This record gives sequence, structure tokens and C-alpha cells, in this order.
Amino acid sequence: MSDLTRMTATEIAGLVAGGETSAVEVTRAHLDRIAAVDDRVHAFLHVDSAGALAAARQVDDRRAAGEQLGPLAGVPVAVKDVLATKGVPTTVGSKILQGWRPPYDATIVQRLRAAGTVMLGKTNMDEFAMGSSTEYSAYGVTHNPWDLDRIPGGSGGGSAAALAAYEAPLAIGSDTGGSIRQPGAVTGTVGAKPTYGGTSRYGLVAFSSSLDTPGPCARTVLDAALLHEVIGGHDPRDSTSIPQPVPDVVAAAKLGATGDLTGVKLGIVSEFTGEGAEPGVLAAFRESVDALTKLGAEIVEVSCPNFKYALPAYYLIAPSECSSNLARFDGVRFGLRVGDDGNRSLEEVMSLTREAGFGPEVKRRIMIGTYALSSGYYDAYYGQAQKVRTLITRDFTAAFEQVDALISPTTPFVAFPIGARTSDPYQMYLADLFTIPTNLYGGPGISVPCGLSDGLPVGLQIMAPTMADDRMYRVAAALESVVGTFTPPAL
Amino acid sequence: MAAISREEVAHLARLSRLAVTEEELDTFAGQLDVILQAVAQVGEVTAADIPPTSHSVPLTNVLRDDVVTPCLTPEEALSGAPDAEEQRFRVPRILDEDVAS
Repeated sequence: MSDLTRMTATEIAGLVAGGETSAVEVTRAHLDRIAAVDDRVHAFLHVDSAGALAAARQVDDRRAAGEQLGPLAGVPVAVKDVLATKGVPTTVGSKILQGWRPPYDATIVQRLRAAGTVMLGKTNMDEFAMGSSTEYSAYGVTHNPWDLDRIPGGSGGGSAAALAAYEAPLAIGSDTGGSIRQPGAVTGTVGAKPTYGGTSRYGLVAFSSSLDTPGPCARTVLDAALLHEVIGGHDPRDSTSIPQPVPDVVAAAKLGATGDLTGVKLGIVSEFTGEGAEPGVLAAFRESVDALTKLGAEIVEVSCPNFKYALPAYYLIAPSECSSNLARFDGVRFGLRVGDDGNRSLEEVMSLTREAGFGPEVKRRIMIGTYALSSGYYDAYYGQAQKVRTLITRDFTAAFEQVDALISPTTPFVAFPIGARTSDPYQMYLADLFTIPTNLYGGPGISVPCGLSDGLPVGLQIMAPTMADDRMYRVAAALESVVGTFTPPAL
Repeated sequence: MAAISREEVAHLARLSRLAVTEEELDTFAGQLDVILQAVAQVGEVTAADIPPTSHSVPLTNVLRDDVVTPCLTPEEALSGAPDAEEQRFRVPRILDEDVAS
């Protein structure tokens, strides 16, 4: 049998369903691969070998008993450490939750288990999903399989690197300002941010509740769509979950794979193809635009004049929500407690715990949020940012009256060297320049590999109207059918 | 002119319950200043007549039937607590001894 770790999720599921291999064999192959390369990549914070093999055995038993299994049964999946997993350590990349084993599963994890997928373990991330390089993890940086001296993107760099290093065929991420799409772009993998409310936040450790969106990561568009279908849909435990069926993303990916985009109108966001993006990124993007035109798409330039305010608005809204959400880390109900010597007050213990448990970026964001929400500054900062959010939504609405979907490079630059941006937090924020508008609007966005720049992957982003996630999968699959997938050098 | 002073950062840290060190204060003061000056750009938008958006999903009053379902046992709920006693979360003293007496 050829190498199981090089196969797509679709291929693996087919072999398992046909009895040509077993879920246990597939799982062992991936655990072996992790053992062989993860000391260099560091995609995983925790590998749950015993749990994975037990889940795989269960799939094999169900198949042997003649049960009808789902389209991803027996396929391994890596889960970002932002989702609660019952009995399996969940740290959010933070010291403040070191050793925490949640007493329950997130809805997405429940759905993954019910679908017969096999959870290999938990992947590394910037602490509390705040960051664009995974360098802000309290447990060490993840290395980009394309060049181990470079960052794998963030915050979900662990999930993206696990895919690119063939440690897992599927992964789960969460996208608040680009944390699925940007790591996808810089590792040459596919990352999709569903419509906000299209995937459940129950059991997702909250960062910015009005923006946080869990979603699928994979090496192919069809695999991402299959995973999206498994995890998506209404959840009564999340009051912001949209009570509608998941758009038919799998059918859209299959339609796109035929390579025909006749009748599809795409808009290039003109603000995102000028200054601010590297020449190599723009060159790969332009070539992809030509490819999409050849597939029959009609392509026009669209101006979204307020997108330039998206980054500053985001870095007020997200920290504001974070400063409130992270108040729950008080050293009382879970996680770390520091300085409780019997004499210190609750407030002192709380302050010492948070000081010891949070890293510098999390502290910065808590303080920025506290500032933006304080009475004297509220109108000028948080209030004004909320108005910008309205203007960005209006830009999207106006654009979608002209075109079916918007396209742009996913990121302004390719994977940068580890350490290049950590001393200047605002330089790090610029990595999310092109992905943030979608989060503020609430619509879906996907990053699909579109080429290389100096041997490093470039991603193309497709943004669609809310609850029209199928459109972006169609365009992404069509582009993939022409440019193919990208394989990093052997590790 | 700086958008934020070192003293203001110290005040924010207190409000945020972060016992930051003097060294951290020096670093954070400069960094927060850069960030705040950059994000102040949102002020360029003349937005008197524009309603704010707090959320992209226009759902209000999401209700469900009040049905009893299985939930965590007290042991499970307390399993991650740094300190517990008699099925409760145990916390350091809340009131000052002098004030309490």
C-alpha cells in the first residue's frame, strides 16, 4: 500500500470504507509520522495516541458489524487546542490553562467523534488565538514545513503545519481575524472560515465572541468541504448559531472541480492589490486571476473604500471583547492559581495569577481593550470602531450587488523568518490586513494555494456573502483544478 | 505626543488585574502607544449618522424549551479548580480582616 499519510481524506475514507485498509492502520501511519517529524515541526501540543487508536478501533468494529459510516469515517484529524476535549489537555497555548482537562467536549469535537473521525491530538497556537505566527504560544514556536526557520502563520499555525508536514490529512482551526486562512496561505494548505454562526462556538475558548469562527483546514478543497459539512450547522447550545442548514459546500466543491466558472462574476478588491503586498505575492495572484478568467469567470475590479479602516477597527473590537472574556481566568474555577499563601486577598491572588499565566501579547490586548472600553475613551475608540464595522458591511453588501464573490491575496507577505516581527507588535498585526474585513462583516472566506514566491506558498482568498459558503468552495476548487496542490520539500 | 503615559498603563494593568513588573511597564508603555496611535485612525471616519454594529448575526432573544438534560456532576464541575471544599470553589479571603471585624 502506498503511503497513507500522503493521501487526501477522501482517498483514506474510500479505502477504509472499501475494507482495503483499516482505521487503525491509518491512525498508526499518522502517529508514526508525528513521531518521526514533530520534534522538528512542533505542530502538536498533545498527541493522544491511546485515544486515537481506541477511536479507530471503534470505527473498524462498526464497519465490521455492517454499519453505514459517514464520508470521513476513519480519517484522522488534528484539533486546534482552542476547543474543549473531554479528558484531553486543553491549554489554548497558555500557561494559565496548563494541565486543564475539560469535563466536556465542544460541539465540534462531539460532531467529529460522531462522524467517525479519529482525533490525533491538539495543535499549537498563539496564546488564546492572539497572534499571526504561533510565536506567542507559551509552549514554543511551530516551524513551517516549507522552511523550518520560518513561521507557519497564526494563530492556527499548528493545524496548518500538521497538514503541510503530512502529520494529519484534516485539521480544525478557529478564525477571529484570519487565524485559519493566513496559516493556510503560508503553508500551502486550504483553510476556510465559515459564515459567522455557521459553526458552533460551544466549547471554543472565547477570544472575541462576535468574531470567533471555528472551521476546517485540509490539503484539498473537497476535503475542507467534507469537514465543513461534518462540523457545521445549527447548535442550540450557541445562541449566535444560525438556525439554517449548512450550504451545500461539498456539491459546490465537486462542481468547481469540473473547472467551469462560466457565469461566475468575481471582484478583485482593488485596495488589496497595491502597496502593502509583496511583489511575489501579487505576481502569483495575477497569474491565478488569469487562470480563473480562462475557466470562464468574469473578473472586474471592485473598490471597498472602508477596508483600509478594518485593521484599526479590528484591533479595537477584538481586544475589547477579549478584555471582557478573559476576566474568567481568575484562578478560581480552572487553571492556574499563584500566590495563595493564606494571607493574600482574592484580588492580589487574581492579579498574581493573571500576571504569571498570561503572555505579553495577551496582556497587551487586555489592556488595549480595557482602555478602549473605559468611559473617557469609549466613543473615540470602541464606539467609532463599531461604526467602521457598519461601513465595512456596507462595502461588502454593495460589492455583492455587482459580483458573486470577492478575491484578493490572502496575506500581504509569504511566511516570514521566526523572530522577525515579535519585537514590534503592530508589524505582526499587518499579517491579517486582507483577512480581517470578512470577520467584521461575518461572511465566509477561504484561502486556497495559488502559487509560489521564491519557493514559499502564496494563498488566494475568496470572500462570499453570508451563508453563501458554497460559492467560495466552487471558485476555490476550480482554481485548484488548474494550479494543483503544493508539496513542501521532504522533511 | 504620546497617546498613553506610563502612569496610565500602570492604571490599566491594575484595572485588568495584572500585577505587571516595572520592567514590563516600560516595554508595554511604548508598545501600547504605537498600537493606540495606529488604531486611532478609526477617528478619521465621520460617522455621526452611522449606526454601530456590535454583531453580524441579527438574532435577538434566542429561546429554547426548558428541558432537563444530563449535566456535569459536582465532581466534574470542580475537577479543574485549583482549590475546592465541600462541593464548592474555595477562594482566598475576599474581605480585609480589619474591615470584616
